[in-house]
Amino acid sequence: MAFLELNALTKRFGPVTAVDRISFNVEQGSFVSLLGPSGCGKTTTLQMIAGFENVTSGKITLNGRDLAGVPARHRGLGIVFQSYALFMHMTTAENVSFGLEMRGVPGAERKIRVARALDLVHLSHLSDRYPRTMSGGQRQRVALARALVIEPELLLLDEPLSNLDAKLREEMQLELRRIQREAGVTTLMVTHDQAEALALSDRVVVLEKGQVQQEAAPFDVYETPHTAFVSSFIGKSNTLPATLVSGDASGSIVECAGVRLQAGATPLAAGPVQIAIRPERIEVVDDGAVLTGKVSERVFLGNQWLLTVATPVGNLLVLRRNAGRSEADIGDTVGLAFRRVDLRILASSEAAA
Amino acid sequence: MSARTDYRHWALSAPALVLFTTFLLAPLIMTLVLSFRHFDFYGGIDDSVSLASYAEVLGDWYFYEIFGRTFAIALATTVLCVLIGAPASYFLNRMRPGFRSVMILIILGPLLISVVVRTLGWAIILGNRGVINTFLMDLGVIEAPIKMMYTSGGIVLALVHVMVPYMVLAVWAALQRQDPATEAAAESLGASPLTIFRRIVLPQAMPGVLSGSLIVFSLSASAFATPAILGGRRVKVVATSVYDEFMNTLNWPLGAAIAILLMVSIVVVMVAWNRLVEARFGRSYA
Amino acid sequence: MRRNGPFAIGFMALFALFMLAPIIVVLGVSVTPTGYLEFPPSGLSLRWFRAILDNPDFIDAAINSLKLGVVSATLATLVAVPAAMAIDRRRFHGREALLAFFMSPLMVPTVVLGIAFLRFLTLIGFNGTFSGLAVCHAIIVTPFVLRLVLASLSGLDRAVEKAAVALGASDWTVFRRITMPSILSGIIGGWVLAFITSFDEVTVTIFIVNPSTTTLPVRLFSHIAQTTDPLVASVSAVAILFTVAVMLLVDRIYGLDRLLIGEGAK
Repeated sequence: MAFLELNALTKRFGPVTAVDRISFNVEQGSFVSLLGPSGCGKTTTLQMIAGFENVTSGKITLNGRDLAGVPARHRGLGIVFQSYALFMHMTTAENVSFGLEMRGVPGAERKIRVARALDLVHLSHLSDRYPRTMSGGQRQRVALARALVIEPELLLLDEPLSNLDAKLREEMQLELRRIQREAGVTTLMVTHDQAEALALSDRVVVLEKGQVQQEAAPFDVYETPHTAFVSSFIGKSNTLPATLVSGDASGSIVECAGVRLQAGATPLAAGPVQIAIRPERIEVVDDGAVLTGKVSERVFLGNQWLLTVATPVGNLLVLRRNAGRSEADIGDTVGLAFRRVDLRILASSEAAA
Repeated sequence: MSARTDYRHWALSAPALVLFTTFLLAPLIMTLVLSFRHFDFYGGIDDSVSLASYAEVLGDWYFYEIFGRTFAIALATTVLCVLIGAPASYFLNRMRPGFRSVMILIILGPLLISVVVRTLGWAIILGNRGVINTFLMDLGVIEAPIKMMYTSGGIVLALVHVMVPYMVLAVWAALQRQDPATEAAAESLGASPLTIFRRIVLPQAMPGVLSGSLIVFSLSASAFATPAILGGRRVKVVATSVYDEFMNTLNWPLGAAIAILLMVSIVVVMVAWNRLVEARFGRSYA
Repeated sequence: MRRNGPFAIGFMALFALFMLAPIIVVLGVSVTPTGYLEFPPSGLSLRWFRAILDNPDFIDAAINSLKLGVVSATLATLVAVPAAMAIDRRRFHGREALLAFFMSPLMVPTVVLGIAFLRFLTLIGFNGTFSGLAVCHAIIVTPFVLRLVLASLSGLDRAVEKAAVALGASDWTVFRRITMPSILSGIIGGWVLAFITSFDEVTVTIFIVNPSTTTLPVRLFSHIAQTTDPLVASVSAVAILFTVAVMLLVDRIYGLDRLLIGEGAK
C-alpha cells in the first residue's frame, strides 16, 4: 500500500468537471510533481488533499487513513502556498512557531524546533525579522520552515517557485530538493513549469483537462511520452500527422506527406497516427540523410543553434550544439538523419493538443 | 527629469495654492488671532491682545462639562463603531460578490445623504411620540415614553450611524491587503476558527481599526448637526456652543478660543493615540 | 474562501436595518396624510409634497444648493486636476507638504472652518454672498477631487505617456490626448463626489449664509429646530431621491464602489 493514494478522485463545480477520476500513488519519502497547464485541475486536486475543497467522489488515503471528513486543521499536512501566506504581523520565528503552538508543544521545545527548522532553511539570522522586510526568496524559506516544523506526514507545495525571478528560481530548485531530502518528507508539488517538475521530482504526474495523461519518472515522461499532449507540453517536439503502415515490437513504418519513414516500435494498429521527434535528436549529416530540406530560419541561443528546416514532411525544428564552428545558414540545403527509435508514434486521438 | 531647473510643478499647483493660502490659511490664522482679541459686550472686538477668552473657558466648570461630554460622546461612538464596523467588514469580505455589492451600497450609500436628513430620521425614531416609543407603548411594554431625544445616548446612536461607514471603509481596506491564503495556512497548521480570527485576522485588521478609530473620533468630537438637532439646547457639545457664541451671544473671541481648544485637544488625543499605536504595532507596520 | 455562518448573516441583516432605518422612516413619514409625524404612515398621500410648492423658500434653497454644488465642484476640479498632475508626476521638494495642505480641509474640524470663513468673509465684506460661499465650498470639496484624480493617475501606466512623447507629441497634446482621457472617469467621479459633498454640507455653511443665499440642508436644519411637521420629511425625501438618482448615474459612469471605496480596493 502506497503512502498517499488518490483513488478515482473527482471534483465537479456545477456542470464543470475540474478533476476527473484521478488516481495515483505517492511513495513514502518521495517527491512527486503534479504537472499541467493552468486549468488542468492540479490546484483543485491539491486543495482536496489539503482539505480546503470538498471531494465530489473518490477517495484520498494517507498512511492507511481515509481523509474523508477530516477537517483541514486535523490533517496535519505542511502546505506552502503560492503567495506564501505568511502572517505579516508576526516575526519569522513567530510564523514558524505558530503550528507548534496549535499542537500545544511546550515553549522550550518549541524554541528548539523552530531554531532547527530555521537552520534547515538557512534563515537563523533572520528569526526576528518581519516578512515585510524580507526578499521573495527569504519569504519562501520562512513558508517552508513553517510547513516543515510541524513534521508533517505530507508536504504540499503549490507553485512554490512561481513568485521568484528566473535566477532565484533555479537556486531555490536546488535548495528545495536539498531541504526535502534532509527533512525526508514525502512531498507533492503542483506546478505548471515542466523544467521545474523534471528537475525536482522522483515522479511526475502529467494532468490535462482534469485527467492523468501519464505518470512516470521524469526521464521516462520526457523520453516516452504516452500522448501527443505530453510530448508537446514537456520539452520541445516536432509533431506531425502520419499514417502507420505497419509496425510491431521491433519497429515500424509510417508514411508522412508521401514520405516513408522508419520509426520506433508501437503497439498501435495501422491507421492514422501522430509522429513526434525531439529537435535535439535530429542530426545534420552529409551522408546517409533520411530527409533533406532547406534552412528557413536560424536562431543563435548561445550554447545551441535552433534551425527551422523546410522538408517534404513539413517544417522541422533542429537543435544543434554550438561547437564553435559556423553553422548552416538560411537558404542552405541540409541533410537530416535520426535514429528510428527517436521517431515516436503516438495515438492520433489526442491530436492537436 | 531634465537637468535645468524645472518649476512646472509649482505652475501647475499655483491656482490651488493661491486659493488655499488666501481662503484657508489666512482665515485660520485670523481665527487664531481672533481668539486672543479682547471682547466686551458694548464695544465689541478691539485690537488689544488678551488671554481673557482662554481664561474664561479654562476657568469655568460649565465648559469642562461641555468638553467632557463631547469627548465622552466621541469615545462611546468610536467604541461602538469598532464593535459594529470591524465584524461587519470581516463578514463583508466573506460575502458572495452580488450580496456584497448590495451591502456596500447600504453601508456606504448613506454617506451621500445629508447628515441633517439622516438625523431627522433618528429624531423621528427616538422622539417621545416616535417610532420606538409608539411601538413599545402599543405593545404595552412601557407605560410612559422612554426619553431618548435630548440625551447623550440618542446623539451617540445617530453619530454611530453617521460614522460607522468610515470605520467599515478603513477596516475593509486593511482586510483587502491581507492575503486570503493566510487563513487557510493557519487552518492547515491546526488553528480553530476562533483562533484564526483572534491570532490571524484581527491583528492584520488592526491598522484599519486604529486608523478608522482616529477618523471616527475626530469627526465625532467636532460633529455639529447631529448633536444640535438631537441634543437641542439641553445637551450641548463643543461645536454647538461655538455656534451659540458666534451666532447668538456674538462673543466671537470666546467662540474662537473654544474652537481652537477643541482643535488642539483633538490633535493631542490623535498624537497620543498614534504614539500608543506605534509603540504597540510600529515594528510590523512601519 | 469561507462563507458566512448564520450568526454573521443575522449580524449583517441587523446592521443593514440599522443603516436603512432613518432613511426608511423619513420616506415613510413623507407620505403621511396627517398633519403630524407618524410612522408607519396611516395612508398614502402626496399632501406634503404639494406643500413644498407652497413654500418657495425651500425651493429657493434647493436651487441655491444646486448652483453652489455645480460652481464649487467645478472650481475645485479646475484647481485640483493640475495640482494632482504636479503631485503625482513630479518629485520635488515640498511635495508631501503640498499634498497635506490640499488635503487639510478634511483634517480641520468643520466648525473651525466655519468660523474661520465667517471671520474672513466678514472682514473682506463678502459674508453671505454666493461667491463667498462658492469659494469656501470649493476649498472643502477640493480634497475629494484631488484624491480621486490622484488615484486614477497612479493607476495610469507612465510608459503610455512616454510612448506618446516618443511619437512626437507635445506636453499639452500628451495631456489632452493621452492622460486626460485615461483619468476622465476619475475627474468625473471626483466632480460628482464634490458636488454631493457641497450639496449636503451644513456645518460650515450655516456660519456663512444669509437668508437669501441659504442652502437646502441649512434651511432644513433651521426648520427642524423650530417645528417638526411632515414638510421636513417630504423635503428630505426629495433630497434622498435626488441623491439616489445621482448615485445611479455615477454607477453607470464611474462605478459606485470605486467612488465610495477608492481606487485601492478592487
